[in-house]
Amino acid sequence: MTWLLVALGAGLGAPARYLLDRAIQTWHRTQFPWGTVAVNVLAALVLGLLTGAAGAVEANLALLAGAGFCGALSTYSTFSYETLRLAGVGDRWQAVGNVLLTLGAGLGAGALGWWLALTLR
Amino acid sequence: MSCPPEPPDRAAGPIIDPDVDLHDPAQRGPALPAVLAAIAAGGILGAEARYGLSRALPHRPDSFAWSTLLINLTGCLLIGVLMATLLQLPRPHSLARPFLGTGILGGYTTYSTFALDALQLVRAHRPGPAAGYLVATVLGCAVAVWLAATLTERAWQARRVPAESA
Repeated sequence: MTWLLVALGAGLGAPARYLLDRAIQTWHRTQFPWGTVAVNVLAALVLGLLTGAAGAVEANLALLAGAGFCGALSTYSTFSYETLRLAGVGDRWQAVGNVLLTLGAGLGAGALGWWLALTLR
Repeated sequence: MSCPPEPPDRAAGPIIDPDVDLHDPAQRGPALPAVLAAIAAGGILGAEARYGLSRALPHRPDSFAWSTLLINLTGCLLIGVLMATLLQLPRPHSLARPFLGTGILGGYTTYSTFALDALQLVRAHRPGPAAGYLVATVLGCAVAVWLAATLTERAWQARRVPAESA
């Protein structure tokens, strides 16, 4: 049963990452991976909310939305590959910026979501 | 959700984003149902592998998340192999990258769990392990991508040289 919930969440999360990443790329002309930054920050915010709301949210829903949807919406392999690619094509500062922005905004969003859920419950 | 049509003035450039990169003219145009289906199917397989590993190697919220670190390190090794291989193939299948990269490896690796693992350690008043976890993941994964991509590229080149000199 739990495997089905993870599948359901991931079946939505992975295509959502692709569509959101694509949509964000149509809004700008740079090679900086804003789309990947956005999906990872969004997924960290939602998982932060779920972590703060643990116990208040039904366990099955938390699994579907957390391990399933957030896990598949976010990606570490794409983030890491992009950082290496940016450095590889000569944009060292963009590579460093990608790491700092992803870490800063991602951890900040996770903490914000967690705090919001604890405050609101 | 439909994407707005891509204006024709975008210059072709190096592909940075392995999930989808509109600097590649071949990836422009409408989001195809077959591509979305391949990403969803791959995403499910990747997420189940991650879920299975996280259950096989459980950790308390206040302890080091070895399972997530292992998942992200192996996923980064595999994306290095995959992208280096796809760049060497003359005509890779159009669904290979969406299924294997965007789908399986995107669904397998996770940024959100990584971020919350680190925050859990901070909340448990363990800033040392939290910092160690961040550094090990960021540096380890960068090395994993670089090493896997470099070795894969070399392997393909070594395979090609005898064929070309024959």
